[in-house]
Amino acid sequence: MTQIILPLSYLIGSVTFIIGLKMLSHPDSARRGNMVAAVGMTIAILATIFLYTDEDGNKLGNYGWIFGGLIIGSIVGTLAAKKVQMTAMPEMVSLFNGMGGACAMLISIIEFKHHTTGMTELYEEAGGSIFSTIPGTLFITIIVGMVIGSVSFAGSIIAWGKLNGKIKDFSFNGQHIVNLLLLGIITALTVYIIAARPDNTIMLFYTVLGMALLYGVMFVFPIGGADMPVVISLLNSFTGVAAAFGGFLYDNPVMLTGGILVGSAGTILTILMCKAMNRSLKNVLIGSFGGGNKAVGGGGSKEQGSYKEISLNDTATLMAYANKVLIVPGYGLAVAQAQHACHELEKLLEEKGVEVNYGIHPVAGRMPGHMNVLLAEADVPYDKLKEMEDANDQMSSTNVVLILGANDVVNPAAKDDPSSPIYGMPIIEVEKAEHVIVNKRSMKPGYAGIENELFFRPKTSMLFGDAKKVLQDLVAELKQM
Amino acid sequence: MDFLTQLFSDPATYRLLTIVILSVFLGIEVISRVPSVLHTPLMSGANAIHGVVIIGAIIVMGQAPSDDYVALTLGFLAVVLGTLNVVGGFVVTDRMLEMFDKKKKAKKA
Repeated sequence: MTQIILPLSYLIGSVTFIIGLKMLSHPDSARRGNMVAAVGMTIAILATIFLYTDEDGNKLGNYGWIFGGLIIGSIVGTLAAKKVQMTAMPEMVSLFNGMGGACAMLISIIEFKHHTTGMTELYEEAGGSIFSTIPGTLFITIIVGMVIGSVSFAGSIIAWGKLNGKIKDFSFNGQHIVNLLLLGIITALTVYIIAARPDNTIMLFYTVLGMALLYGVMFVFPIGGADMPVVISLLNSFTGVAAAFGGFLYDNPVMLTGGILVGSAGTILTILMCKAMNRSLKNVLIGSFGGGNKAVGGGGSKEQGSYKEISLNDTATLMAYANKVLIVPGYGLAVAQAQHACHELEKLLEEKGVEVNYGIHPVAGRMPGHMNVLLAEADVPYDKLKEMEDANDQMSSTNVVLILGANDVVNPAAKDDPSSPIYGMPIIEVEKAEHVIVNKRSMKPGYAGIENELFFRPKTSMLFGDAKKVLQDLVAELKQM
Repeated sequence: MDFLTQLFSDPATYRLLTIVILSVFLGIEVISRVPSVLHTPLMSGANAIHGVVIIGAIIVMGQAPSDDYVALTLGFLAVVLGTLNVVGGFVVTDRMLEMFDKKKKAKKA
């Protein structure tokens, strides 16, 4: 009887992953979908701990270690996930992704050690190539799983550091060549180890490990901050593939389906994200914008002209007597934790009979959908969140556009300037409105490091200050009116 | 060539290969039409799902000889990291999606 329970649990696990992912792609069922997958995962984990047996029928041991690890991981994971600020979610996802990659990497290292321990002595005694006794599929699984896991781990950690600002962009001339070369050497060495099984296999294995880690670092380093979501999504699918190699290793169907599902779904998601930004994946990986390329400094050579400032009082008046106001939130709003203040302003304006909507660019914030989550947290009604196309359709009848810490998503260069790195990205066309008020902390360029012409256009007025403070002051002004 | 022969002649390996290929198509099919609002939660959910790698960590841990401290330490680390991935991943996703629930309730009220 017990022999059926384990495979059955794995089958349940696989099915819940599929159903979970399906439900996650619809707003109404998304939360339940996540639960379904979590329940399936729990079943598969518990079944493995208590029912797994190897070919000789031995059960697993070291329960103390296993449960110790599970308990520590659960407590730390739950606390980290519960305490993280809404704004820091993207980097949290990246960090968890890195943990998964590291886990896959460690499994491969242990398995490699296990299969090669004592080999060198044996080799010397027998005088033949003992490494060749390891079955080819097993060897490939171990090494490739290790390489992908390491790249994903190192890359995710760098992505995490870049998103929370701990690691700055770093690139040098010819970095792509170096990266390609590195990737080439890793591939060549892997093939060599598997095919030739040389005497120094053990040493070469650890060399490949080191190079894979280095590659992960070098691969993410030059990629600009604005493209980070795409990279995280890509690394996410890498980890999925690494997990699937684990499934091959242990002949384990649930690891295989789970891993491959994430691998392929993650790849599609990566492509969808690229489409939302109107950039190709190749462009993201090689373009490395914000990394000190020529286009970034482009603003300096151009005639910048002057910008005009607007006072809080004038802004309040302008908005209070408008018929229709559109708020365009960006990462600045998220950083300032200003979503609640923003909602308050919106309510106040609505009381005064002003129609207020939010124009949400698909990639506003650090990740697609990031803004929706943030504003939902502040109880902004769902139907006030207009997608980019809707917002643009209504733009000509809008009196005032208030841009809160958004920059690249309203940059007209995406439409007019073919030399701009974001050329071709769809933007919220705020210039079709009557007045544009931009709230920013300073005149510094946005996250992608590109100058924004919009700030110097005649329709535009600048309202400097921290988004939260400015919004609170605006609310105070409006209350007095 | 040796490898390819092994791949197709060994029924267990061949079975796994079939699962892989079918899963690839399934993954594409399941995701293909998703609103951009859900990109982040979906990525986060998928992130939690690949935490299934924890099962490998548990197996490796459970099979480690009790006097091999290197394997035990690495295995333990793998279990901790894998659990972080799974638990953290699902909890973060749930927190993101909580917002959608709140919204629905607000609409009904």
